[in-house]
Amino acid sequence: MQTRTRHKYWFVFTVLAPVMALFGYLRVIPTAQAFVMSFFNWQFLGSAPQFVGFENYTSLLRDKNFQLSFFNTTIFAIVTSVISVLLAIVLAAVLSRSVSGRIGGFIELLYFAPVLVPMVPVTLGWREIFNYQHGILNAALNLIGFGRQPWLSDPKMALIAVIILSVWKQVGYNMIILIVGIRAIPSLYYEAAAVDGAGAWHQFRQITMPLLAPVTLFVVVITTISSFNVFTQVYVLASDVQGAPGKLVRVLVYDIFENGFRFFKMGYASAEAMYLFLVILVLTFIQFRFLRGDQP
Amino acid sequence: MIDNPRAFAIAAGRWILIALLLVGGFVMIFPIFWLFSTSFRPAPELMTIPPNLLPVHWTLANYVTVFKQAPIILYFRNSLVFASVSTVSILLTSSAAGYIFAKFSFPGNNFLFMLVLATAIVPFEIYMVPLFLQINALHLVNTPMGMLAPFLVLSYGIFFMRQNTIASVPDELLDAARIDGMTEYGIMLRMVPRLLLPALNGLAILAFIQAWTAFIWPLLVLNDQKYFPMELGLSQFSNKFSVDFGVTSAAAVVSMLPTLITFVLLRRQIVDGITMTGLKG
Repeated sequence: MQTRTRHKYWFVFTVLAPVMALFGYLRVIPTAQAFVMSFFNWQFLGSAPQFVGFENYTSLLRDKNFQLSFFNTTIFAIVTSVISVLLAIVLAAVLSRSVSGRIGGFIELLYFAPVLVPMVPVTLGWREIFNYQHGILNAALNLIGFGRQPWLSDPKMALIAVIILSVWKQVGYNMIILIVGIRAIPSLYYEAAAVDGAGAWHQFRQITMPLLAPVTLFVVVITTISSFNVFTQVYVLASDVQGAPGKLVRVLVYDIFENGFRFFKMGYASAEAMYLFLVILVLTFIQFRFLRGDQP
Repeated sequence: MIDNPRAFAIAAGRWILIALLLVGGFVMIFPIFWLFSTSFRPAPELMTIPPNLLPVHWTLANYVTVFKQAPIILYFRNSLVFASVSTVSILLTSSAAGYIFAKFSFPGNNFLFMLVLATAIVPFEIYMVPLFLQINALHLVNTPMGMLAPFLVLSYGIFFMRQNTIASVPDELLDAARIDGMTEYGIMLRMVPRLLLPALNGLAILAFIQAWTAFIWPLLVLNDQKYFPMELGLSQFSNKFSVDFGVTSAAAVVSMLPTLITFVLLRRQIVDGITMTGLKG
């Protein structure tokens, strides 16, 4: 028995040790290091790192760029997740209960298509659609009397443009998860409600919505978390007047990127990352809290 | 049917709903259609206001420019190799560690697993600055290995494979194999993967898409365009040709066509993968 146990530990060690070594080096150390660096004045090259306590954190709060990027990212994350989840709920409810079969499958594919294409090429497509002079969106708006909008030169309009693009990309993904959630609701409930004479709207309000609430919360939280990390579409879509990518709509990851890799203030950038992490921790906590609350 | 007004109203309502959904659906694929349409336009037609839905005079000139000006085949090959190696490595490391965490008790099992779980909620953007310093210290900046390193493991994958091992690998089967004289390595390498095929499939799809769409890390770590993956290469190319929509569109179409075809063909598996892998966004 003694040798068997030793054999077993040897097996566990030989399999797990290489994976854990990689994992420690690529995940645990950098995460811990980000936390440590946030308390230092840490330049990429040059002078040795200096301990500064919470100075990075407090100067960030006074930093106009940080304030702006925090504001933009928060607005972006909230609006994108709310709109994409609302649209997804409507689509999922209709596609799983009222319109199914072949035509339903075809419609589902149309809405899911944006999820299947990579971000950079479709962002380029949207960049053409949003173009001030020749873009088809402004042509359409002009036609119905709204006039041209400076989608990609005014910071506010550009934020709206990034939200439109992101909702478009996200909605199919959320729809799929919600459809799975709806299919998990026993059809018995709907049959019973139909016998009692409840119409489609009542069934949606009284059965689908309450029973889908945990899945909906889950989708809201994961969409919000991934939206707080937004970068690629902003980088490609929102260049400023000089053509500097991503500068027109300043978001948190862009600001971290700029502080860390353009100004080489790596301690400062790490403190900024810790603020972002704090937001994500709170969101994750909400998610666990509610999901656990769901099971007795 | 027409005698029954209620049934008629329901059928009519259903068709109106379908019509609305179809209109919405065409709005959804419009940006993709628009890239295709723009890519075949000659330069003067890019300036037409309002633009025509389809080119009046179709041309392949934009595609010729793309293949002359951008090493797009090279970008594609880089992405393919990068995403494949990353996927294989994530499958191996996740299933090995997941199996050990699920089926073996040893001192530190819980602690190590909690550590994996804790890092699974930390987004890449949080630790990319120190990770860059580590990769820099190893002199791997601007090398394919430097780009690949962070994509060798996936904390979420370890968690996912552990849960699936608990659910689909019965202890009795493992004990029976041990009594039959199979070694632990034999059981892990030859028996367990067969029981985990659907989970491995789902994880492979997640890992591949994650690597293929990686953007900020390649942007940080690579300068030399001969190492660029597709997404980064396309974005740099589009900056150079930012005013020429015909050429940019053609490049975008070339870059997304292989993935689009693969993804549409595999969409069932992708949907299953997304819903199964616990939906990491």
